[in-house]
Amino acid sequence: MADDLGLWAVPVAMLGGAIRVSTPYIFVSLGECLTERSGRINLGLEGTLVLGAMGAYGISYLSGSPWLGVLVAMAAGAFLGGLHALLCGLPKVNDIAVGIALMLFGTGIAFFLGKPFVQPKAPNLPAIPLGWWIDQPELRAALEINPLFVVGILLSLALTWFLGRTRWGLILRAAGDSAEAVRAMGYSAQTMRFVATTAGGAMAGIGGAFLSLFYPGSWNEGLSSGQGLMAIALVIFARWQPIRCIWASLLFGAAGALGPSLQSVGVTWGYYLFGAAPYVLTLGIMIATCSPTRSLRGAPAELGVTR
Amino acid sequence: MFLFASGADPFEVYGLIWTGAFASWFSLQNTLLRAAPLLLVALCTALPARLGLVIIGGEGAIVLGGLAAAAIGVLLVDAPYVPAMLLMAAAAMVAGAALIALAGWLRHARGVNETISSLLLTYIAVAVFNHLVEGPLRDPASLNKPSTASIGDQHMIGAIPGTDVHWGLAIGVVVCLAMAVLMRKTTFGFATRMVGGNVRAARMAGLPIGRLVIATCAMAGAAGGLAGMIEVAAIHGKANASLNTGYGFTGILVAFLARHEPSAVIPVAILFGGINAAGGLLQRRMDLPDATVLVLQGILFVVLLASETLRGRSMFGGKA
Repeated sequence: MADDLGLWAVPVAMLGGAIRVSTPYIFVSLGECLTERSGRINLGLEGTLVLGAMGAYGISYLSGSPWLGVLVAMAAGAFLGGLHALLCGLPKVNDIAVGIALMLFGTGIAFFLGKPFVQPKAPNLPAIPLGWWIDQPELRAALEINPLFVVGILLSLALTWFLGRTRWGLILRAAGDSAEAVRAMGYSAQTMRFVATTAGGAMAGIGGAFLSLFYPGSWNEGLSSGQGLMAIALVIFARWQPIRCIWASLLFGAAGALGPSLQSVGVTWGYYLFGAAPYVLTLGIMIATCSPTRSLRGAPAELGVTR
Repeated sequence: MFLFASGADPFEVYGLIWTGAFASWFSLQNTLLRAAPLLLVALCTALPARLGLVIIGGEGAIVLGGLAAAAIGVLLVDAPYVPAMLLMAAAAMVAGAALIALAGWLRHARGVNETISSLLLTYIAVAVFNHLVEGPLRDPASLNKPSTASIGDQHMIGAIPGTDVHWGLAIGVVVCLAMAVLMRKTTFGFATRMVGGNVRAARMAGLPIGRLVIATCAMAGAAGGLAGMIEVAAIHGKANASLNTGYGFTGILVAFLARHEPSAVIPVAILFGGINAAGGLLQRRMDLPDATVLVLQGILFVVLLASETLRGRSMFGGKA
């Protein structure tokens, strides 16, 4: 019985997939959420994710400590985020174009420096087995949770508190809604955006570290396949609320796991079409919730893409 | 600085890029070959930008256009040359136009942000492409690199006489120039600029904004689709994963650097074609990994975009 779940294998695999696949989405979307709340959009997070993955893997391999790798991924992400913020701080520079340029730059550097690390095996992050009370191996495997997943959830709570309850959170939100109001308060919207974009980049870097150090757990050039870009769509879907980013990420993870889990029970038709499930889902939800007459609820007013 | 860190002499690298891109007849042809798809796909971002829309779905338009062209091409293997070509181009343009027009329509009718929707549509297009190329349209003979059946040598776009450069480049240049004229000299162009400048004023003036948005997006998508068709019909001869290699994303940057001016797209696309073309030479001579080009491109883009801040007007004389 234990190894024959039949059709139940699909939802189980989707649950496992949701938990396993969603972590990078969580980190990138939380980072992007923070950045967008300050009134800027960073499309370069795809590059940040890839560079974070490569940096974490390389350092973990060289030093033997995966957690050091996570730190390095954070630093690399903060560097790219800071660069984006500095460039966009210049007048007349378009943040979407800079984002795409940094996406190319980040992936380029990662591929360039990452060449020697494609083969060797680096120590991975440990998992916490939460399913010890269940006999079925499939369920137990699905409930193996990485500490970073937990960190992500705590981070979203912390961000909610920060944005809603603290003085700096208020200033940051004000920077996203009206740069002039921030100036009137005696702060610089520019500085707030710099801090927010740098911190957002650091979070995306951690997401990358998860990719290379836990799941799938190795470094190669096709590792990210657009997850960084998807996370940006996810922020809109989550209405710029950190807590909703978690739910949205889980939903995405589950939708993304649909194809592979159907394949595991023998449905091989349309494998690639099911791969598009998260994108179709997001598009559908955006169509259903958007309206031409009002801008999105919760959208920062200074953000170019919502106008 | 980056090159220094990687142990190569920067001056030698820049020299090689020049050699690899423009110095010899051979390398110049190589540059132009790579510029051809960029010309068209850059229009995919540049035209909607005139209306104030940021469309980043060029990659999806290329992929679908190439696929449609290959599918039609396979059906028409025995048809005469000219109608087969025209039908392939038409299919590609319709496919690309449908994709981007959908993003434009969603923007107008539902207020869905066009940047995100065009990005999502690109991923959906790539998934559809993979599904069809791996499944129903797969040529059983293509073992390790799945692709559609070949459209046949007789239906390839030939080279311009005396060169190795195919006619696709000429088509790209002509389309860019035509779009420049359309945008500058016609009422349609004037209307789009007006919408791009001030939507409220345009609405007051009674312009059909929805129709303008959708028509412009459809034209943009058609250009992207045509780029895919040319890649299929002039280089690969069939649709396979080589269509999905990031021309669309480079095209976005070309459009931004050209300040969305269709005529300015031409020199910028050739410049980036050159950097792409120099990649191979760089690898062979300096023993640098292939990602070097990607890094250089990224740095170059970053520097060029940052330098925009120093200019009151655009680099190529178009209006900002």
